[in-house]
Order: sequence, then structure tokens, then C-alpha cells
Amino acid sequence: MRDLLEVTESGLYCERGDFYVDPWRRVPRAVITHAHADHARSGCDRYLCAAEGKLVLRSRIGGASPIDTLRRGEHVSINGVKVSLHPAGHLLGSAQVRIEHGGVTWVVTGDYKLHHDPTCATFEHVPCDVFVTESTFGLPVYRWQSPEEIAAEINAWWCANRDAGRTSVILAYALGKAQRLAAMVDPSIGPIVAHGAVMKLVEAYRASGVRLPPIDRVPPRARRVGNGRALVIAPPSVLGSSWLNLFGESSVAMASGWMTLRGVRRRRGFDKGFAVSDHADFPGLLTAIEATGARRVLATHGFSDALARYLRETKGLDAAVLPTRFAGEATPDAAVADSSDMDPP
Amino acid sequence: MKAFTDLYWRLDATTSTSEKVAALRTYFTSAPAADAVAALAVLSGGRQLRSVSTSQLREWAADVTGYPAWLVEECYAHVGDLAETLALVLPAPEACADATTDPGLAEIMRTTIHDLRGADEARTREVVMEVWRRLAPRERIVWHKLLTGGLRVGVSRTLVARALAEVAGIDQAEMAHRLMGSLPADADAFTALLVPEATAADSRRPYPFFLASGLDRASVEHVSEDLGDVTAWQAEWKWDGMRAQIVRRGNDTTVWSRGEELMNDAFPEIVAAGVTLPPGTVLDGELLAVRDCRLLPFATLSKRASRKRVTKKVLDEVPCVFVAYDLLEQDGTDLREMPLAERRQRLERLVTTPFTDLLAGSAPGDVGRLFLSPLVAGGSWADLAVHRAESRTRGVEGLMLKRLASGYAVGRTRGDWWKWKVEPLEIDAVLLYAQAGHGRRAGLHSDYTLGLWNDGTLVTVAKAYSGLTDAEIVELDRIVRATTLEKHGPVRICRPTVVLQLAFEGVSLSTRHKSGVAVRFPRIVRWRKDKEPADAGTLADLKRMIVDHE
Repeated sequence: MRDLLEVTESGLYCERGDFYVDPWRRVPRAVITHAHADHARSGCDRYLCAAEGKLVLRSRIGGASPIDTLRRGEHVSINGVKVSLHPAGHLLGSAQVRIEHGGVTWVVTGDYKLHHDPTCATFEHVPCDVFVTESTFGLPVYRWQSPEEIAAEINAWWCANRDAGRTSVILAYALGKAQRLAAMVDPSIGPIVAHGAVMKLVEAYRASGVRLPPIDRVPPRARRVGNGRALVIAPPSVLGSSWLNLFGESSVAMASGWMTLRGVRRRRGFDKGFAVSDHADFPGLLTAIEATGARRVLATHGFSDALARYLRETKGLDAAVLPTRFAGEATPDAAVADSSDMDPP
Repeated sequence: MKAFTDLYWRLDATTSTSEKVAALRTYFTSAPAADAVAALAVLSGGRQLRSVSTSQLREWAADVTGYPAWLVEECYAHVGDLAETLALVLPAPEACADATTDPGLAEIMRTTIHDLRGADEARTREVVMEVWRRLAPRERIVWHKLLTGGLRVGVSRTLVARALAEVAGIDQAEMAHRLMGSLPADADAFTALLVPEATAADSRRPYPFFLASGLDRASVEHVSEDLGDVTAWQAEWKWDGMRAQIVRRGNDTTVWSRGEELMNDAFPEIVAAGVTLPPGTVLDGELLAVRDCRLLPFATLSKRASRKRVTKKVLDEVPCVFVAYDLLEQDGTDLREMPLAERRQRLERLVTTPFTDLLAGSAPGDVGRLFLSPLVAGGSWADLAVHRAESRTRGVEGLMLKRLASGYAVGRTRGDWWKWKVEPLEIDAVLLYAQAGHGRRAGLHSDYTLGLWNDGTLVTVAKAYSGLTDAEIVELDRIVRATTLEKHGPVRICRPTVVLQLAFEGVSLSTRHKSGVAVRFPRIVRWRKDKEPADAGTLADLKRMIVDHE
């Protein structure tokens, strides 16, 4: 019997329902797990996403293609295939896609994390037969601290900088991580300001009903913004640009799961690295996989080889790698250096 | 352990000299003397013996975590640093020590590292497991490095001396001198190290070595422009031996390496020669191995120096001499601030036979083992450049240029002493294997194995680690990943696509290398993006560069 979903030239395809999940090319019908660029391409004829993510998706893909939405608990039948969307905890409106037909259920996670995030719904464990899981951080060296511990570290760094009269600049992907950071930190420490690319999405988040602390846009040609007291949230692309000169003396930190590794932190020359990620860490991946009860697991992105082998040999699962167009391996430098917000770890 | 861990991470987090000194000062002011002694030994890069093998550690980490061994290896290949890999995969500690129960560095070193030497495997495993249960990940990294003898911190001895001088409130040069020779072995010695007034604690102490810097621009025009009037300079050959000092004080004669190791046992004939010097004399110079008026290769000398016992056979096969460059102390008076020109005059009266006479066979038979480093005469920079070009056939590395008016400084102070080394040899080679680097380059493939053509196939000739920019390393890493043919643990065999220009100091025949040749000090000069692998050099080209010194 053929699989319900298969990898084609254009991406992960459900032939029976004639739709794609996170297609790589323009297709007639796309079900989108979340609005990051490597999952949500513009130019498809019709989109389906979680209701909370509609505004964010629209701000990313532009255009006028219709976006259908599903609320939590709703499902839709696409050519007789039952489709529903379940929170993935990655960012606002991120969803796992549950696809059921002929008594077989698949779940495609997109990117996900299990930790609490005040800017989006928490990951839901959805039982299934086949679980297509991301594996960006699929090695046991990746094990996150609790969000409370990370928030305390960031607050302490911000306080120390403020007391020394240094501006705190934290680099993070403009969509998701930036808003989560704004919601995580203690706004009583000082003013929060953000780069224009971040602000655009802050507005989309607010319009979607997410509560965020007051955040000021960095005005163009502003001099000495925040007087050494502010927390500046900016995308990594500002690194090495004159934009950073706006802040006078500053401490520059990167917020990314890759910051777990000392070597990555050091060679990029950050003053500080915070290992805060919107992806699941290794124990998180295992927890999620186990909770589905799936006998078959397909791993994609990052350390998919290692994770699949571990699941086969240690957990006795039917596990394999699901090829992606973003072939190759997880490279921390690419992720940190990339000026786009593609696949933000 | 917490205080030392903080020091390690503070040093790791900054490239600023003043912040590093501040971190060291904080540590040495607050640490108990016993811990300070241990820290000083570690920071000075003293030889740290390995108490546990890294394969045992990996195996035990797999046991504790329940992860298969291959997964731990996979992590290591990704992280590029074993100490860090283990610290990250191990379970969270059960009970971290607080400030009152935290063991100091000295106690940790004694109970969990030194005491493990000679312990059986079961006992070692027990200690390692116990430490893993107690230490937080950031402490584990430091401890693993101490345990495996791989702790490197980015501080020079000069920086350590500067910090200690500030703590003691004495001159930095005085502290550098106090730190020469043997480091304090116990708390009392450490306390004595910090007393403001000079002590006569160790009359054997050598002086801190003055080290030359390489010239930034090596053409005659540039040297002339940068160094000015040639008559203000003294030129000597840069001999390829081991830098050393002979310290003759009272009835005691000692020979010290640049690494401040006492070498009396390794070079008894040099000690015997030193005894002929008047008391209160310190010579700076070079140890060289010479037999039948011919210089022996550096490797031969180095092998002899590493022997614990020197037999008569070795003394006959690898006879050594001392070639004096400088006179640092005479009649017990420190001459280091005197201009070089005056020190040189005094040296020439003390040590009279130029080393070149020995090589020419014209030295008297009873000349002994102390020689004078001969000057290289040249009325112009162009004359000196001609002599420099003879370097390879003379078996020297180039010229040393010293300002005649200069004193003898401490460490690598720039400006007065320059190495004008001979141009390196170069060849274009093909990237064959790449391995992930360590430290700052962890996770990036930055260790390269290069090959040359021989009968239509590529044979490996050298490994090189340095020479590319950080951006080039990242770019090359992507190519390595994209052209990988096979993976063997951390090593990737690549499809030949990349040509790198390799520089090296010399080539010699070797039975230890498959290619039959060994290159000395290979490094990458540039990435030849304009060349295809087919354009790279051949093994025959390389062999033609072998210079016969004889």
C-alpha cells in the first residue's frame, strides 16, 4: 500500500487529498505548519493554516491568495482526507498537521518545542501511526535549561550592562524568537527597543491578540538610543553593520540553540550566547515521539541520521530519514550567519 | 573549584588583555595559597599528566547516560571538544557543592587527579562517577580538561607575571624573573613569591628570555624602510637549535631551556663547559648538535634533549655545543639594561671562538664547547639580503637583527629584535581529507590533509591547520561537507576540488611518512581558487626542494 504522504519534487505531498504540507515550490494547495521562510513559500494558489497564525502568514507571503484557517478542535475534509491542526509551540500559529485516511493517521510536526512560550499555544501530544518529526537538535548535547532559568540569565546580563552604562543588544530571528524574548524578559529593568524587521512582526503578533510589553521601534538615525539602559532586539543580519553603532558602548548577545556550543559562540565573536531555542531539545524530541505512540517515525532537518538510528536501535521503532530540499547537515555557522530568518533554531 | 571555574570562563570570554589581567588578579587575591599554587602550575602550561584515557571517559559517559557509544562519538564529532561533549551529555548533577562545601582547586587536583595515577580502573571509574555527580556542566568542562591534561587558557606567562606583580605590588620584570625556573611548589613558596622585597630564594634562576618577532614585511626595500640605518643593527645567523641560558653563580652551574626546564641532566657536557666560566655569569645562546664539523638536524637534537638519561653512546653520536648570543650577567651584575653593543664587547672577551670556525674545521682542537655567535657583516641591507639567501645551504633559518642600542627585554617585546627568516618554500597541494577543529574552530572542518600528484594519483604529504581566514574556513567547511566521499569518525575524505598553497620551512627524506618525505612547519598561505587539482604540484617537485646540508 502506498504511503499517505510522499516526498516529491515540490515537497511533502498527500496524493489522496491532493495537497502539500510546507511545499518548496508553488503548488495549488498548501497546508502550512508555520510562517518561517523555509516552510511557507509565497505564490501558492491556496493556503491552510492555524487561525492564530493567519495575520503572521499574510505578512510573510503577501499577495492575495486565499488563506483558509482551522481553529483548535476543528477539522476539514480535503478530497476525503481528514485534516486538523494542533499547536506545535514553535511560534504564534505554528501547528502540527494531523492527516487521517483509511484508518491511518500521520502527524507532520513542522518545527516544535515543548517548553512554555508566552507568545503561543503549548505543544499538543497527538497520537498517530506515523510521526514526521523535525530533528534540528537531534543530538544529546542539546538539552535546554528551563525558560525561567534562561530568562533569569538574560535579565542578569541586561541588569549588569545597564549598571555599567552599556546597551544590551540581543540578536534573534525576527519572527518568533524576537517576540518570545520580549515576552520573557523583565520589562522593569529598562526600555525594550527593536529593529524595524522585528517591529513589523511585533505588530502582527499584537493584532493577533498576543500581549507584549511596550517596545519602541529604533528610530532611524537615533543617537545613543536608550542611553545605555535599553535591551535592543535585532535580527542577526545587523551584525557587522553600522546599525549597531547607534548604541554606543554595547554588549552583543546571540539567542540561539546553537549557543550551547562554546566554539560556535567564540568564533562568531559574540560577547554572550544564550541557548534559547524554539526547537525541541533531544529529550524533548524523545518525549514527543514516545507520546504519539507511533511505530513509524520519519526524521527531518538537522541530525536526522543520528536520531533515526537511535530510535531504531534503542527504541525499536521503524525510523528513517525524510529527505528535505535543505539537504546536508545542520551547520551552526550557516544558521547564525544567515541574514534571513530561515529555519531559526 | 568554583573560583577556578569562574576564572577559566572569564578568561575564555574575553580577548582583552586588561580584562584577563583583572580576572587573574581577582583569582590570585582571593584564592587560598594552596589553590593559587595549583592554578599557577596549570596556567603556566606545565606538563599535565593524563590520569585517565579519553576512551575510558567516553565509555563511562555512555554507561551513565545509557546512550550507545556511537551516539557519544557522533556528539564529539559535532562538538569538537571532548571535555565539552562529555559535560553536555552527562545527566544533570545530583548535588552541587555550595560555597562552604566547594573543594578548592588544590584539593580537586589531589583527590581526583593526582591520586588517580596508578589507581586501578575500578577505583578510577568510581572517582570519575562521583565527580560527575557533583559538578555542574561548566565545572565539568574545566575538570575534564585538567583530568586529560588538555587545559589551555589564552594567557601567556607574561600576563600571569603582570597580574601577580600587581597583586604583590612589585615590578613586572622582577615578577617574571621570580617565576623563572621552578614554580612555587607549596603555599609558603607562593607567599614568598608575593613579598615586595627581593629575596635570594633561588640563585639558580635564569632571566626571562627575550624573544624576537618575525618581520611583517620581508623584502629588502621594506626592511630598509622599517628598520632604518643598517649601521644601527647587528646581524647574526638564526641557528636552528634550542635556545638556552647557562647560569653560573657561586659554585653552581645550570642550563635552562626557553621552556624554563632545567636541562643539566640532558646536557652534562654543556654544564661541564659552563663550569669554566667565572662565577656570576649568565649567557644566553643556542644549543646545537655538531659532529665532524657538520650541523646535525634539529630533530636529532630534540630527540636527545627528551632523553632522561644520556649515555656515552648518545654523547658520542650527538655531541652538542653552546653558541653564545648575549651576556646577561657578569660579576654578579645584571647587564640587561646595558646597550647590546657594550654587552657584545664583553661577550667577545669572554667567549672568543666564533662558531663558524668550528664548522669550517679551523677551531683549535681543545676549544671546548662554548662558542661565539658570529656576526654577519654587511654594509647595507642589500648585502645582508645576499647573506640571507645563503641560509638554506648553511642550515640556518635566516638572519637575526638586533638593535645595537637596545637592552635585553622580557618576552616578545617588539621593536629591537627581529627574525628575518628565509622565504619559505611553497607548493600548490590538493585538499584530500579534512577533520573538525577544536576550540574556536570546533565543529568546523579546519584541519586539512594535503596531497601532491605522483604517477597519476594523489599522495598525502602534509597536514596543515592554519593560514586561512575565519570566513574562508567557514566557506571551505561547506565545500568539505558537500564533497565528502567517505566519513571515518571525525575525518572526511573529500573529492579533490580544492587547491591550497602550502608553505613550509624545509623538506627531508623520511621513512615514517608514506610519501617518503617530511615537510617542516607546514601551513597554508592562500586558497588557490584560480587552480584546479590537475594544476597542483607533484611529489617530484617537492623532492627537488630537499637541500643537502652536507
